[in-house]
Amino acid sequence: MEQFDLMQLMAKIILVVGVCLGVVPVMVWFERRGAAWMQGRVGPNRVGPFGLLQPLADVVKFIFKEDFKPRNANTFYYYLAPMIALIAPLCALSVIPFGSTAIVDGREIILQIAPMDSGILFILAFAGLEVYPIILAGWASRNKYTVLGALRGSSQIVSYEISMGLALLSMMMVYGSFNPHDMVAWQAKHYWGFLVNPFGALVFWISIFAETNRLPFDLAEGESELVAGYHLEYGAMKFALFFMAEYVAMIMASALIATLFFGGYSLLPGMPFLASAISNHFAFGEAGTMNTIAVFQFLSLVTKVAFFMFVFVWIRWTLPRFRFDQLMDLGWKILFPLSLINLVVVTIAVYFFNQ
Amino acid sequence: MGTINVSKKYTAREKAYIPAILVGMKITMARFIRGFLLRQHDTILYPEKRREYSERFRGAHFITVDKNKTENCTACFLCETVCPAECIHIVAEERDDEQGADTYGVAKEKKPASFDIDILRCCFCGFCEEACPKDAIKMSNNYEMATYNREDAIFDLDHLKRDMHGRHEKVNKGDKK
Repeated sequence: MEQFDLMQLMAKIILVVGVCLGVVPVMVWFERRGAAWMQGRVGPNRVGPFGLLQPLADVVKFIFKEDFKPRNANTFYYYLAPMIALIAPLCALSVIPFGSTAIVDGREIILQIAPMDSGILFILAFAGLEVYPIILAGWASRNKYTVLGALRGSSQIVSYEISMGLALLSMMMVYGSFNPHDMVAWQAKHYWGFLVNPFGALVFWISIFAETNRLPFDLAEGESELVAGYHLEYGAMKFALFFMAEYVAMIMASALIATLFFGGYSLLPGMPFLASAISNHFAFGEAGTMNTIAVFQFLSLVTKVAFFMFVFVWIRWTLPRFRFDQLMDLGWKILFPLSLINLVVVTIAVYFFNQ
Repeated sequence: MGTINVSKKYTAREKAYIPAILVGMKITMARFIRGFLLRQHDTILYPEKRREYSERFRGAHFITVDKNKTENCTACFLCETVCPAECIHIVAEERDDEQGADTYGVAKEKKPASFDIDILRCCFCGFCEEACPKDAIKMSNNYEMATYNREDAIFDLDHLKRDMHGRHEKVNKGDKK
């Protein structure tokens, strides 16, 4: 590999991972502050301006806590679980395109960590991996609450993965590609995905809530029933890893929804005008214009992701938790048939439209 | 026969589930805007701001004093008798000093040697206040009675005689006089 390739790859990884891990504390803060606002409270406002340094204080607390392990826990899997929890969504992020192309030193850079044609399959694989930390953490801790949490969490994720996969499949049928870049290009050219396939978008959205273990589907945690669910026996930084993993998974899910159904990095209305105005004003030339557009594309994706993150928080403080049988009913009796019918309809529609 | 089914059938709108969620999201969004933009909260920032309670609020006890700083209490044991929580403990003794002659023009012949209120047992019913014939024991507006240990939670005579004005604790006002 050439030095240039290595450098640009490293730069992209640092950008994506840095932005993700940097957003986590802000999201933790916003989750608590937003919850407070929605409930008529004030929320954390003591540490730093507006309480913004609260996550930092939490991190300091996490780091200096004792790193203990339950006596009968299986050491290897007990420590492996939080690692997978964080790594899987970060890996899945590597195929999310955050811009079309940038030109540096006369060479084109595809703004995506891993440009691969089977990108969506890669995401599905790593989203499927998210069930492992739950099972491993619950099983390895040797605690009845954690096992129950793991049981619920794993069955929930496995069942919702089916409807998620089918919704994804219907979108791949529409776009005719596995490549996220092609999908975004199609949406930029025609319509945003959720206009083409609203039921697919809805099913996918609901499934992604279950996949990321967010309320209304956070049965794996279920504080009122299972103390803390699968991560009950985890303390200190190991718990922090689970905590961060939840937010990274939310970022990944939001980016996925944005890419599949809401135009991905394609520019928001008004942005093309702004981009051309800026590049004309500073007389950037061809490469400069390209890069300006890339920056705006990145901003566009960030805006969309931020919106979906907000919706995650918004939904969390709106809906109560499902009962387990209701969850399974929704997954198997409603979403699964709905996504199947949707897939058939989309297949037929695509067949006739392409003729 | 005895069972009455009160659950109603779901309407199509309720079964569809999504409209109900949207209604809920509308409500939380309204609350969010109220908290985030309008800065209206139902809670207060407690140590800086305090709730205003009515004058009838029954808080920590105090014992009224006359102008010689002598307690009005004559150790008649009415409050100890009426107390449903049995938290007042009085030990009486004869008053032989000259300070006692006051308030109602009658010399106080009896005084409490010790007057202890176990504030942890107290249920703040206010019976002691009503029973007192000398208006000696009263309840203030102070609701902050947290202590570091159980011994501090037993209020003795010195504590009960602290400077009070009406139902309010005097803050820095007593020092100026």
